[in-house]
Amino acid sequence: MRRWRGRLGPTWAKASIPVYSIVLAFAVAAVVVIVSSAFTATGFDPLLPFAAYARLLAGSFGSDNAVYNTLVAAAPLMFGGLAVGIGLKAGLFNIGVAGQFLVGAFAAAVTGAALATAPTIVGMPLAMLAGALAGAAYGFIPGYLKARTGAHEVVTTIMLNNAAALLLTWAVNDLVRAPGFSFPRTAEIGHSALPILAGRNLHLGIVFAVAAVFVIRWILDRTTLGFEIRTVGANPNAARYAGMRPIFITALTMTISGLLAGLAGAIQMLGVIGFYAPGITASVGFDSIAVALLGRSDPIGILFAALLFGAFRAGAPLMQIETSVPIEVIDIIQALVILFLAADLIVRRVFRVRAPKVEITEMATVTGSWGAGTPPPGTAG
Amino acid sequence: MDILALPRLIWEFVVYLFAVMPDLLPIILSLATPLALGALCGVLGERSGVVNIGIEGIMLMAAFFGYLTGFVLHEPLGTGAALALGIVVAVGTGALLGLLHAWLTVTVRADQIIAGTMMNIAAFGVTGYLNRLIITPSGRGGAGVITPFHLPDQLATLPFVGPILAMFLDQGPIAMSVIVLVLISQFALFRTRWGLRTRAVGEHPKAADTVGIDVFRQRYMNVIIGCGIAGLAGAYLTLESTGSFQNGMTNGRGFIALAAVIFGRWTPLGSFLGALLFGTATAFGIIVNVRPAEGDLGTLMKTIPTFWYAALPYLITVVILAGVVGRSTPPAADGIPYAKEGKG
Repeated sequence: MRRWRGRLGPTWAKASIPVYSIVLAFAVAAVVVIVSSAFTATGFDPLLPFAAYARLLAGSFGSDNAVYNTLVAAAPLMFGGLAVGIGLKAGLFNIGVAGQFLVGAFAAAVTGAALATAPTIVGMPLAMLAGALAGAAYGFIPGYLKARTGAHEVVTTIMLNNAAALLLTWAVNDLVRAPGFSFPRTAEIGHSALPILAGRNLHLGIVFAVAAVFVIRWILDRTTLGFEIRTVGANPNAARYAGMRPIFITALTMTISGLLAGLAGAIQMLGVIGFYAPGITASVGFDSIAVALLGRSDPIGILFAALLFGAFRAGAPLMQIETSVPIEVIDIIQALVILFLAADLIVRRVFRVRAPKVEITEMATVTGSWGAGTPPPGTAG
Repeated sequence: MDILALPRLIWEFVVYLFAVMPDLLPIILSLATPLALGALCGVLGERSGVVNIGIEGIMLMAAFFGYLTGFVLHEPLGTGAALALGIVVAVGTGALLGLLHAWLTVTVRADQIIAGTMMNIAAFGVTGYLNRLIITPSGRGGAGVITPFHLPDQLATLPFVGPILAMFLDQGPIAMSVIVLVLISQFALFRTRWGLRTRAVGEHPKAADTVGIDVFRQRYMNVIIGCGIAGLAGAYLTLESTGSFQNGMTNGRGFIALAAVIFGRWTPLGSFLGALLFGTATAFGIIVNVRPAEGDLGTLMKTIPTFWYAALPYLITVVILAGVVGRSTPPAADGIPYAKEGKG
């Protein structure tokens, strides 16, 4: 580790805490697995975590198909991670990715089904566009409310998540239910599906996702809009004095965030699920938050974090089947990663990392807008 | 449509409301109980300056460990003792998680919303993990539910007063404790030394520090007590209301509780009213299916799909939040970690 530090310098300075956090999270989760093994039929097994993690690795990178599964799982997480990440850059915490994901998936499913017989080159882009626009509209609502009335996006987006699930269930039941199926669902998407690139299931969505990473990176680093988003996030008052419009930027950022989440839903719909039915799960929602926090809201960081969590999701079923360690251990690891990132003091103590000279502040700014609207001390400038 | 159609519909709606009142009122409090307890947790924390969006997760953890206690102990100890211990364990779980939240937000000064998010994900993971590992394979149920107190029929059937009495008294012990806890908190927050200190720490921690109030200790105490109450909300879900545990069964209640806090302008009584309002919206969504209205109103209400009624509480929350929040002022230091001078 020490020798890398010289060569990778700035990159390692940014990545060291996330990497150490992952290591520590796996270690603590291993303890949980060992302790809990005592309460199962197979009995206490101190080697269980090693077996479980080995199966997790095999399920995510052990074969061509495993790698494809990892990439397929990572693609929506890249979009979702970007959605949360761009919000964090502007000081907004979008917990509404789950709802925007569902709305985007639904719009893509309906549009895709309507264009099922059209050529892929027509149907697929239009279905993607529908998903993106639906997600954007659903992200605009909390963004507008936050900007105009101050209603905090954490509460409104969660409410809209629940409302989306219920209203879409109604829509599938009463509006767009496809005939000939025993349960309410939308019709086949036919040619609108994303083309398969390799293996059974590696679809074009991963290409879109990686492209989105670089587009968002470009927007954030190289455009006026990106500069305004970052400035509003760092200090809304300074942004206002500099002639920017924090209200407009807030609403716009939530809309972009919703658009990205809608695209996550669209590629999952057109590449994996194929039809909208009530109860399609949107675990992408919470996973995206973990991805964005682990990636430090940096698009490249999000790319790697999404690959990691995609690998977890791809490998976990094999782990559960072969070692009977429940799949939920992934959620525990995710929570631990966030814990160690939020309280990086623990990581610094364990691994003896010195505090950086320039504090990386994204982690410390989202609560500011909850109360009186004053940013917490230390984040100005 | 004649000119009197709208007034007549409104009149029919009022008549309908009175007709379903005896069915509506008793379920309002039971639906509002977890929301009101969660909101108390929010009020106590935020009044001292600590935002907690992990109420959802704390409720879920407490619900699970309370249920697990009943599940393990109801054979050796009997149902009554197992349920009582379950409630104790649930409250203890809440308080312990409160300690963790307080340590993260007060001592480590981690971002409070991210700490709360961690709590929610952790709760979903830990409860889902242990549920799959311990409860599902056993194939047996838990300790059942606490028997609710039953109001004598002579009282419950009184006109007008009966349903209202039933609303508050035809309940289990946790639901009935809500009103007591709310009144105690209201009194404590605005009429005692502890409450004055809490508010001082939440409004201006530096001033509070200067006059000798231990800001850290006060915040720790409030968050731990509040989270213990959120634990009681979890106990209500598994031990008094349903008698079973499902993954993610809190289903957004912790977040509606946060909205109730804002609606109630950071007071225990106000947030209780907020919880009752959301409870009413949910109860109404249930009642319209069980006892549909008749006449023109019935035809109109049947054109509105069931799922819209179910989504109503969530949509109302958003609308109320947007309408109320601009005109209410949170505690000035809400969400801001306190750093002692020279240690920042």
